[in-house]
Amino acid sequence: MSQPFRLNKVGLINRNKKISFTFNGKKLFGYEGDTIASALIANGIHLVGRSFKYHRPRGFFGAGVEEPNAKLQVEFNGHSEPNVNATEMELVEGLSATSQNCWPSVNFDIGAINNFLKMFFPAGFYYKTFMWPKSFWYKIYEPFIRKAAGLGVASIEKDKERYEHKFEYCDLLVTGSGPSGLASAYAAAKNGAKVILAEDKPRFGGTLLTDDVSIDNLSGKDWAEKIITELKSMPNVTVKNRSQVFGYYDHNMLVMFERVGDHLEKKSKFTPRQRLWYIRAKETILSTGSIERPIVFGNNDTPGIFLSAAAKEYMKVYGVLVGKKPLIFTNNDSAYETALGFKKNNVEPIILDTREEHSSELIDEAKSKGIDIRFSHGVIVANGYKKVKSAKIGKLNKDKNSFEKIETVDCDCICVSGFWTPSVHLASQSGNKLKYEEKIDAFIPDKKKQHETSVGAANGSFTLEESLKHAFENGSNLSAKITETKTEISIPNVNEKKYGAHDKFWCMPLPKNENPKRFVDFQNDVSVSDIEIALREGYRSIEHVKRYTTLGMATDQGRTSNLNGLQLVSNIENKIVPEVGHTTFRPPFTPITIGTIVGREVGMEYMPTRKTPMHEWHEKNNAVFVDAGAWKRPRYYKQGNETLFEASKREAKNVRENVGICDVTTLGKIDIKGPDAAEFLNRVYTNAWMKLPVGKARYGLMLREDGIVMDDGTTTRISENHYHMTTTTAQAANVLSHLEYYLQIVWPELNVNVVSTTEQWAGAAIAGPKSRDMLSKLYPDLDVSNEALPFMGYKEAEFFGVPSRIFRISFSGELAYEINVKSDHGLFMWEKMMEVGKEFGNQPYGTEALSTLRIEMGHVAGPELDGRTIPSDVSLNGLVSKKKDFIGKNSLGREAFNVESRQKIVGLIPIDRKSSIPEGSHIVQDQNAKLPNPKLGHVSSSCWSVENNNPFSLAIMKDGKNMIGKKFFAVSPLKNKSIEVEVISSHYVDPEGKRVRS
Amino acid sequence: MLYIKCPYCGLRAQKEFSYGGDATVKRPNINEEVSSEDWDNFVYMRKSPRGKHIELWQHIAGCRQWIKVQRDTATHEIFQTAKVTEEIR
Ligand SMILES: [Zn+2]
Repeated sequence: MSQPFRLNKVGLINRNKKISFTFNGKKLFGYEGDTIASALIANGIHLVGRSFKYHRPRGFFGAGVEEPNAKLQVEFNGHSEPNVNATEMELVEGLSATSQNCWPSVNFDIGAINNFLKMFFPAGFYYKTFMWPKSFWYKIYEPFIRKAAGLGVASIEKDKERYEHKFEYCDLLVTGSGPSGLASAYAAAKNGAKVILAEDKPRFGGTLLTDDVSIDNLSGKDWAEKIITELKSMPNVTVKNRSQVFGYYDHNMLVMFERVGDHLEKKSKFTPRQRLWYIRAKETILSTGSIERPIVFGNNDTPGIFLSAAAKEYMKVYGVLVGKKPLIFTNNDSAYETALGFKKNNVEPIILDTREEHSSELIDEAKSKGIDIRFSHGVIVANGYKKVKSAKIGKLNKDKNSFEKIETVDCDCICVSGFWTPSVHLASQSGNKLKYEEKIDAFIPDKKKQHETSVGAANGSFTLEESLKHAFENGSNLSAKITETKTEISIPNVNEKKYGAHDKFWCMPLPKNENPKRFVDFQNDVSVSDIEIALREGYRSIEHVKRYTTLGMATDQGRTSNLNGLQLVSNIENKIVPEVGHTTFRPPFTPITIGTIVGREVGMEYMPTRKTPMHEWHEKNNAVFVDAGAWKRPRYYKQGNETLFEASKREAKNVRENVGICDVTTLGKIDIKGPDAAEFLNRVYTNAWMKLPVGKARYGLMLREDGIVMDDGTTTRISENHYHMTTTTAQAANVLSHLEYYLQIVWPELNVNVVSTTEQWAGAAIAGPKSRDMLSKLYPDLDVSNEALPFMGYKEAEFFGVPSRIFRISFSGELAYEINVKSDHGLFMWEKMMEVGKEFGNQPYGTEALSTLRIEMGHVAGPELDGRTIPSDVSLNGLVSKKKDFIGKNSLGREAFNVESRQKIVGLIPIDRKSSIPEGSHIVQDQNAKLPNPKLGHVSSSCWSVENNNPFSLAIMKDGKNMIGKKFFAVSPLKNKSIEVEVISSHYVDPEGKRVRS
Repeated sequence: MLYIKCPYCGLRAQKEFSYGGDATVKRPNINEEVSSEDWDNFVYMRKSPRGKHIELWQHIAGCRQWIKVQRDTATHEIFQTAKVTEEIR
């Protein structure tokens, strides 16, 4: 199959490798080195999509990141991705691309009726239409907008590709490998600086690949190749193509998006698809070049209309003609190179130049080649629906606001050039307030805020000679400051064409009684009339005009539309552009995939998994795990077909009747040492700590300075100046930071050191009436009687030859012990306990049973200590010392904490003794009251009491202490339940706490 | 992302640190009477200046030291960092 628009022997593609792909189901081929866009144009295909609002037919407009229209749904490597820029995506074997925003097909799109109803879609249409009534929002407006909005379809499949993040540091980051970027990187590299050179496209060289210039007697392309080859050979230089620096953040942190594997037909298992680089650069060279802007005219969005530089790039890089009967429409000299390119390939262009007849090097060359040049001319309106067929052109009068002559000429493409806009996005993101440069009608960087230097076209310098000189100097000077080495480099000789001045002309007037759409922003379908409406309706700030019309808000960030939009506003407002100002540039410069942002942090790699030394045993014994922060904890040990409810009931019951063991390794542990340790604990905890003897543990409560409970746990005095603190699993890290804060900042005079030992100790709780019997078997040589090892006692002893710590503490409310051994011995300890415990009916129990045990005892935990409760709310005011000062004490006197009806913990049981009360239920007086039903409290924890064989819950309730005996409703709209409950004491089992002391 | 110079470890990425608020707030002395107003000011009242701000950060994924950082809240420029025992300016 032939490609009707492919040139012979022109371009940088590899004609030895054909690549087949499909577009809207049609089988096509291109060559290695093509983009989807160049391959489609080579095949004569221009209609690629439908526009966002009016569903107008759209084709290619640019050849790179500036492309506003050609966003495709692309399937390759087994996944589907929306909004892929056809001008950037390289062709790979088997790729399949489809048009977006059209139904049933791009050729016949029902949504295009919007185009004929366009009077109903003016600026601010959505704001004006979808305002009221409120009830219409969910059922009518929102579904309509959702259906109409967006272009492609996001995949709901799991993304199987690999994405990576990389952190890098360098002396100089150079963004863009055009002539200025190459020169800066080269000069810096010669000074020994660590340089990263990033190029967005697959090929290095930027405009050197398409401009008719020579450097040191080499063609631009050959010079670029020579410099790149040398840079690649230098160990201090990293050269990256397919890499877009898309964000400039604080402290010279830049982010770069590297397309590592998207162009590969097959890649190895560990080759990522894309990689995100975080680059901390000492200095940054912004050599991002410039983007051509169009001139606005009627139906300027018709397929077949291109930026003139894009047409040149398709010709010179891809060997593709965008048409065979071209109109070149320009206000400056650069488009003449495109015209000369056509001519060289035996295509006859017509040049329409808005300027009056004059002469320059390029104009003279075009004339001498016999090209038809029409000065003071421009395109009024393009004709043709799905492709340009002809154009109505006009000769402008002297004021350029009406026409002296109008005629129609046949054409199959229009290449438009409205001069050049420096790509100042990164400079602006870095904090640089831009300034308006009258000479080029565009913004350029002004005073730098960070270590950034713009060079070349990005800085508004449009001649090669000046750009190279400036870039070599900056690359050399910036790097010399860092490396303190300066290598002299001679600036090369340059041969380039001299451009004449451009015409400050950006929008074609319309003849009387003609009103075709003149688009400013193609991607968001914003036309000249939309901006006129916005201004007529009183919008003045450019930021407001932008939001009201959506000008420049699409994924192309208005690269080809912003300045024309500003010019339009300035003209209507009779202001100059710098007074209107520009909108804010924000990262990302180009769209990047979500996968790249996420990187490897997916699934199990989302965060580290912490496992206790006994984890393997739990796994082998059918533990079902639950996440506790990063920890995996056994929730229950499943026997047979047991449900969670059945298993946890069995496990809890066994603790109440016999004995159970629980892995408590995850509890936070902090080692505290120093002569002032007791004084420190006395300030940190609400209760008294000065008199705790060695070998004893104490339960402690700590507050924040605002009086709210922060955490609870036991701390044991191991020796005179040595304590072992435990925290809840969830608060371990916060408590350590809290202690460090007070020791380092508030009371540095205290001689105390703290360190986390959570991972150093494995812990197991032994709980139940038979736990002492079991303990005596575990420690046959130790006196474990109630007298020798009383409640809150502590002993150190050998556990079958392994040093261990024994704490007589209890969370379950039963007679209980906690054994700690060094982590390496954790599994040994556990297995030994299982073996020795057999005769006492020992069973392991998980967090679900643990919760049941603590809830029915009325012991508070995370759900009650929820950052809103003070000690008396959770009946822990007995632990609050009146005699001494401590963190948060002064706050406890606040009025709201001491009102009579203050919230308090209570117990709840359902009247029917059967219905479990969902956690989070609201307690209300009247279940049928009108909403919002006044809330009297909430259910914090629920369990099935194994002791009483009915449901039991803890709740935090307003005026809780006076509610005992009263009846309410616990309502859960989420579970659609309403349960009548009675308020009882929060201590449902063993209220005197006899068991723990038995 | 900020680049913070820990006085103990050198320049490190922001993600190694956690923020700790205004460094100029002084806790009332322990075991000393304090008026409700002074206490409330200590617990709740903070200035939210635009511009220079001396603040605490903890090098949580590093040396675990709390440090002082003088930062511009609008531009994020960091003028100085110091140990908590040292004065800024
Ligand atoms: Zn540090």
